[in-house]
Amino acid sequence: MIPELGHFAMVMALCMALIQALFPLAGVRFNRPAWMALASPAARLQCLFLVLAFAALTYAFITHDFSVAYVAQNSNSALPLPYRISAVWGAHEGSLLLWVLILSFWTIAVTYFSHNLPPVLLARIIAVMGLISIGFLLFTLATSNPFERLATPPMDGADLNPLLQDPGLIIHPPMLYMGYVGFSVAFAFAIAALLGGHLDSAWARWSRPWTVMAWVFLTSGIALGSWWAYYELGWGGWWFWDPVENASFMPWLIGTALIHSLAATEKRDVFKNWTVLLAITAFSLSLLGTFLVRSGVITSVHAFATDPARGIFILVLLGIVIGGSLLLYAMRAPGNFRSSPFSLLSRETFLLINSVILSVAMAAVLLGTLYPLVIDALGMGKLSVGAPYFNFVFVPLMVPLALVIGVGALARWRADEWQRLWHSIKYVLLASLVIGVLIAVSLSGSALFQVALGLVLAFWIIGSSFNLLYERIRLQKNRLVALLNQPRAFYGMTLAHIGFAVTIIGITLSSHFSTDLDKRMAPGDSLSLAGYRFVLDNYHSIPGPNYNATEARMRVYKGDRFVSEIRSQKRIYTVRDMPMTEAGIDAGLFRDLYISMGEPLGDGSWSMRIYHKPFVRWIWLGAIFMALGGILAASDKRYRLRIRSYATSSSGDMAEALK
Amino acid sequence: MHPKRKKIMVGVVALVIGISLAVTLALKAFQENLMYFFSPSEVIAGAAPETRNFRIGGLVVEDSVVRDRDSLLVEFVLTDTVNQVKVSYDGILPDLFREGQGIVANGRLNSQGVFVASEVLAKHDENYMPPEVAEAMEKAASNSP
Repeated sequence: MIPELGHFAMVMALCMALIQALFPLAGVRFNRPAWMALASPAARLQCLFLVLAFAALTYAFITHDFSVAYVAQNSNSALPLPYRISAVWGAHEGSLLLWVLILSFWTIAVTYFSHNLPPVLLARIIAVMGLISIGFLLFTLATSNPFERLATPPMDGADLNPLLQDPGLIIHPPMLYMGYVGFSVAFAFAIAALLGGHLDSAWARWSRPWTVMAWVFLTSGIALGSWWAYYELGWGGWWFWDPVENASFMPWLIGTALIHSLAATEKRDVFKNWTVLLAITAFSLSLLGTFLVRSGVITSVHAFATDPARGIFILVLLGIVIGGSLLLYAMRAPGNFRSSPFSLLSRETFLLINSVILSVAMAAVLLGTLYPLVIDALGMGKLSVGAPYFNFVFVPLMVPLALVIGVGALARWRADEWQRLWHSIKYVLLASLVIGVLIAVSLSGSALFQVALGLVLAFWIIGSSFNLLYERIRLQKNRLVALLNQPRAFYGMTLAHIGFAVTIIGITLSSHFSTDLDKRMAPGDSLSLAGYRFVLDNYHSIPGPNYNATEARMRVYKGDRFVSEIRSQKRIYTVRDMPMTEAGIDAGLFRDLYISMGEPLGDGSWSMRIYHKPFVRWIWLGAIFMALGGILAASDKRYRLRIRSYATSSSGDMAEALK
Repeated sequence: MHPKRKKIMVGVVALVIGISLAVTLALKAFQENLMYFFSPSEVIAGAAPETRNFRIGGLVVEDSVVRDRDSLLVEFVLTDTVNQVKVSYDGILPDLFREGQGIVANGRLNSQGVFVASEVLAKHDENYMPPEVAEAMEKAASNSP
């Protein structure tokens, strides 16, 4: 009964989405304010029905309703409660439901936070989001209904994929989806602006906080995924250039370009066409990401769906969204290039360079990700693109990007002078060069140049961020008050840039100074790595709720000092008879000790792999800084103030007529 | 030319040069890192490159896994049901590596025709056959008399 109600709620949600999309657009066309006013209530009702549907599916999981096919495939009576709940989005059908649910959350957030917008604009935005919702709900109902019943329910379920039975994976997908779907707001706003033909700086001001929040979620989602891969896959790696990782990284790159380009569009009324194109691209890449992960074309751990019919449906959906919006862009983008002038040396130029570098980086990732698919689809053979390609392309691109971060934020809008800039940056440049090179030399690794480069760039970003802060308060009478009075947006930017530098430090040091050992170990054996001595105590059998584990307990000493006991496990999940490695990690700000169990080798010994990973935490610490910086920037009070002034100053004829 | 135009031209030219340089380097790296997939039958027929890395996939033959006593060196045989290729690997095999399971390995051939793997991949699902392996087996079966 409950699953049928859930199914019915989804159908009702589709009806609401139709009202939400069609009436407002028709209302704008035929000048009927009452039709346009339907947008917000329809969106809220749609959200209500989707919450009901989601709750029904969750209920089916909690109560072990194995007559529902999706539950039977992804749960088991022995599965602990938290994983039964996260199993709702553990596979294809449920994650699509989560996708539309999150879309409707973003939509009602728009309805609540923007009633000061001109009604025509608001109606169009909500309608565009309704159109997206229609596409996804149709897709879910037609090809991937999570409420489908089984004629003969099995006695017990097939269990959730053990890889996904992990706390990190409970929040990783919702975070990532919040980011993906969040770009639909910037997209909807761009489309609405194109439809109305009013692309102005007010448009950019309005969509900035939304875009930044979507970016914050995407940043957190990617960082969580990377952290999860690090401790769960048992290889000690944190990024594999796996197609599914690339699928989330591409919208991030374009999203980063977008939030910077929006800044220029808002402040100086420049790059309007480019910014709109970035907004369309960011959302298109989010859709592409959903398509890559969900259609099963990619041979990857994450790709759990393997039904080509779904792939074709999403391909058509993708074609309509991308093709349609690009067509609209071609027809409506402001043709006359009457944007404000700026000199070659200005913040506008640096922001343009930032956009170009990030777009080129995205294109490189896109090539490496899609090329094997295209070749395969054309029947020209199976191939894959190795990780060295991505590293080779990416690292050189990040060098100019890091350089530009330091100067760009310091440069003045419209026009600046080399002399002034040079005077302001020369000490920071010198200091970061000297400190970076000195540290690299003192660490004396094998790749001196790369380490020095990474450190110099990171110190350069951090140094110039503080330098910029100093420049802003230098001439004030009371510097402390000036420090406190700096806008949140400025502190947000500073924190995010420093976060980027922290990530660079983490990547540089952990990839050049990590050491590891693979060794056959019996109880009592010991080995030394990076100044630590690891003594294997014993192997223990530990029963879990739905698995049996062998646990290796190792004591770690530095000299004579006891550091910690690290426990790592090899689990056999009984339902799927699937082995999983649970790495044991002694985490620290400056180094991780990481132990993972390989295979039993008979005679009571196992193959063990031990890693010493300096500064690896900094990779995710930097991402946390970036996300916090984004939150700080999006909460700046000027966005709330300006929206009000926009509503009063905008003199769209419809807006006046509808007052 | 107008000095402002000139400045913009300089900027555009610099941008174009920068982008084409980046694209050239990227495509070169791309070419070098393309890894083609070959089945054991294709490797036996000599279709696989001898000087660069490629991927091989197939089923791990039952009872073919031989471990070294003191190290983590392991040898096994891959098959597409028609032909077989010997693979050697020094390291920890993935969780789902088993005899009878379909796997994919990256590496290159040595002079004795043994595939020296630098990485062994097995899918995290007991029902799951890597699509390359499934296709290779189909092809081998249809080509054999």
